[in-house]
Amino acid sequence: MSEANQDTTPMIQVNQVWKQYDDNIVLERLNKTVDEGEFVTLVGASGCGKSTFLNMLLGTEQPSKGEILLDGKPIPHEAGSDRGIVFQQYSVFPHMTVLENVMATCGFQRPGITGYLFGSGRSAAREAAESILEQVGLSQALKKYPHELSGGMRQRLALAQALLGKPRILLLDESFGALDPGIRADMHDLVLSLWSEHKLTVFMVTHDLKEGFYLGTRLWVFDKLRHDPQAPQRFGAVITYDLPVGHMDQTTYQQIDDHLRPIPAQAG
Amino acid sequence: MKKFINQRPGRAFKLLLGIAPFVLLFLLYVMGSDARLEVNPNDKLLPSMSQIADGLERMAFEPSKRSGEYLFWQDTASSLTRLGLGILIAAMLGLLIGLVTGALPMIAASLSPLLTVVSLIPPLAILPILFIVFGLGEVSKVVLIAIGITPFIARDIQRRTQEIPSEQLVKAQSLGANTSQIMIRVLLPQIMPKLFDAVRLSLGAGWLFLIAAEAVAATDGLGYRIFLVRRYMAMDVILPYVAWITILAFLIDVSLRELTKKLFPWYVQGGRS
Repeated sequence: MSEANQDTTPMIQVNQVWKQYDDNIVLERLNKTVDEGEFVTLVGASGCGKSTFLNMLLGTEQPSKGEILLDGKPIPHEAGSDRGIVFQQYSVFPHMTVLENVMATCGFQRPGITGYLFGSGRSAAREAAESILEQVGLSQALKKYPHELSGGMRQRLALAQALLGKPRILLLDESFGALDPGIRADMHDLVLSLWSEHKLTVFMVTHDLKEGFYLGTRLWVFDKLRHDPQAPQRFGAVITYDLPVGHMDQTTYQQIDDHLRPIPAQAG
Repeated sequence: MKKFINQRPGRAFKLLLGIAPFVLLFLLYVMGSDARLEVNPNDKLLPSMSQIADGLERMAFEPSKRSGEYLFWQDTASSLTRLGLGILIAAMLGLLIGLVTGALPMIAASLSPLLTVVSLIPPLAILPILFIVFGLGEVSKVVLIAIGITPFIARDIQRRTQEIPSEQLVKAQSLGANTSQIMIRVLLPQIMPKLFDAVRLSLGAGWLFLIAAEAVAATDGLGYRIFLVRRYMAMDVILPYVAWITILAFLIDVSLRELTKKLFPWYVQGGRS
């Protein structure tokens, strides 16, 4: 693995990727590379295909044309343990307590029929789970069920669960979109600290430009360059801006902001 | 004055409203029975409460002259054993079929059409086949109940399994889970409370098949007894038996509900996926 890192091959290569559903072109001509350790934020109007792109990284959707390579190999057509995910909802298991939810990760990491842990494996999992729950600030809620938690706590739990799986890539699909702004800011701090601590590569989808502008290392703006009013499905979105975060001025922000807003949201 | 649609009964009044129909029916019965018995003291159609009590006493607390058994309890034990076995088998089969067809599209492709067709066969129509194949003993009755309700439970569980958000399956895979781990740790525990619900809903059908099978061929059982004493128009036995079956059905339903609460606290409190 260390060899691959010294190699100049980037971790993720997106080569000429198109995505369409029947006649509806969602994404077109995507060409990008992402190095290990980057924190990429994906913004764009709703229906612009940023979640579709994330799902292609996850493996639940495939490009219609082109390919996405992870370490030079195509991403498998199903979710796997090298790519962690936190959805906006349904990310945790409702029938397990907080502790069980996280311990389940350890069970899933081992080969086995049932995924249940016994004996020393179980106590090791318990320790690991407790320590990661401490990191995300859920030590007080170990015995609670997800429905007893607030939205923010539930997403913390989902994060802890994903992190214990030791993914190389963490995918956040509008994970904090349903939270109150104050809580969302807390979650961003948490994600940033976890990102640097666990040496992750992060892709975060958000619909809030301001959020993406100040978080992580790189901002991708998804937008339709060509637009046919008679046939809005004719053209897909491309990545119109690929900016290093932290080196942007207010005018750029305003430019993107103005550009994103006038386009009415399209379902898709 | 609020509109009628917005009016709600208070606690005590609600209880009163709930009890009232029972009391009313009871009074109607007693009055009808009195009126008929006054005209003809030998009337058998609407026995008086004391006649019913006598009938029950004879069945439940006096040993039968023929066999020396307490028939009422003997009948209850036989019927509950058949019903329990039938439902247990149906629940386990239904859970297994429902879970694999709900979770695994490859299996569903092969089993779902069969399941749909099988569920359309009227179980009572194949009762003669069961008697021919399994004989007139216990097996055929248990099999009838099992065959009768397995398709219902299996299809219900299949649908419930498919209703579990796919995010959870993807999440489990992103944590490294394989197929059997997802089925056993993610799907099965969430399906169990739904299985209890499905069993509760299928109990009515279970009783129907039980009593039908007992009516046709049996030597004891609640259904057998009712159909036996029908020949003598012994309403003083039939009525308490029907009441007893109703009470049993109610008790089974309540205990399953309470068991669900106890076993799956997260489910009852609203943590439904």
